[in-house]
Amino acid sequence: MNLRSSVDIITEWDIVAARQLGRNEAKDVGFGTVDQARITTAISELARNIYLYAGKGKIEIRQITDGNLKGLLVIASDKGPGIADVRKVMEDGYTTSGGLGAGLPGVKRLMDDFKIETVLGEGTTISASKLLR
Amino acid sequence: MEEEKDDRFFQIMSNRIVDNTVREFGELMISSLTEDHDTYTAKLNDFSVQIVHYGWSISFVLKALTNFTEIIYEKMDDVENLDEGNFQSYREILNNWIIPLNHSIVDAYSVVWEKTVSLQKIALQELSASLIPVFEKISVMPLVGTIDTERAKLIMENLLQGVVKHRAEVVLLDITGVPVVDTMVAHHIIQAADAVRLVGAKCMLVGIRPEIAQTIVTLGINLNDFTTTSTLQKGVEQALALTNRAIVEVEA
Ligand SMILES: Nc1ncnc2c1ncn2[C@@H]1O[C@H](COP(=O)(O)OP(=O)(O)O)[C@@H](O)[C@H]1O
Ligand SMILES: [Mg+2]
Repeated sequence: MNLRSSVDIITEWDIVAARQLGRNEAKDVGFGTVDQARITTAISELARNIYLYAGKGKIEIRQITDGNLKGLLVIASDKGPGIADVRKVMEDGYTTSGGLGAGLPGVKRLMDDFKIETVLGEGTTISASKLLR
Repeated sequence: MEEEKDDRFFQIMSNRIVDNTVREFGELMISSLTEDHDTYTAKLNDFSVQIVHYGWSISFVLKALTNFTEIIYEKMDDVENLDEGNFQSYREILNNWIIPLNHSIVDAYSVVWEKTVSLQKIALQELSASLIPVFEKISVMPLVGTIDTERAKLIMENLLQGVVKHRAEVVLLDITGVPVVDTMVAHHIIQAADAVRLVGAKCMLVGIRPEIAQTIVTLGINLNDFTTTSTLQKGVEQALALTNRAIVEVEA
């Protein structure tokens, strides 16, 4: 099974659309309210980063399976400026926008698996997944 | 119009409406050839507004117009034998009619959309963030719905103005109705609380649902400076205690 759907992030309200989609998919997979909130919040962080730092991009959501387990994969991709120091942005409190700097490290903790691919000047793709246990 | 036939469309629209539209469309075509520019423009705008009013999708209408134009070219070729000499002048006549028509339709749709969006913005602002005095020195601000940057500003303004106006000593921010508390929302809440502190009051965060509490902790957001409660009711009790009061039962 590999159902996928996506939302283009262009305006601030697309962030709301992306997390709505995420919530529906999470419900569909069978996640409980706490995990739904975790997944929705993670999507909100990734989508807002796209909006703030890359201008535009895309949130893609896929239902996945790993052995007997079902789950959800969130892919946030943009063609923005990229991230110079990946280790730094994963530190709690690191921000270049006067934010809380808790977004990326937070997403890593909210989800089970977390991966950043980024090239300076070309863009960033962040994949984060969670399995239903 | 039947070219781009969308079955659902023709089920929903009565024959009368379709016939009317086709007839008006024909009259419009004649008007563009026989009447002066202003009369045509006025009729055209009425026609466009009518089309939007029917609720047809803009892509359907524009596709129909494109198809119609193609058919006209084909027919002109059949009847008149288009050649280099006359093609230019026929095309000019057709363009003078079809291009304003396209523009007018797009304009009519965007006017309606812009109006809808701005009305919804107003509706949202009316829903947003008013500070309600519930007891002397205690006020509540119930937050309902998604908090974007614009609303966050409004919340801050109303909060500070309200605190001063109602002489509040304790303010309860109720987030029961906020669907997602991410780092941006948390950041705005923290800033609001700091500002409230600066004007001499205390801010409590109430209505934190269990799943929201867990997410906030996992995000690593520090709310230690806040008094937080799960329900508004508990918050009010604590606020009363802070201002040296309590609700007691009295014997009848
Ligand atoms: N998609 C992205 N493209 C470029 N830079 C990014 C992207 N996402 C995050 N960053 C950088 O990583 C930093 C940390 O992000 P985050 O942890 O979400 O905290 P915050 O958004 O509060 O700054 C941001 O300040 C920004 O510099
Ligand atoms: Mg962020």
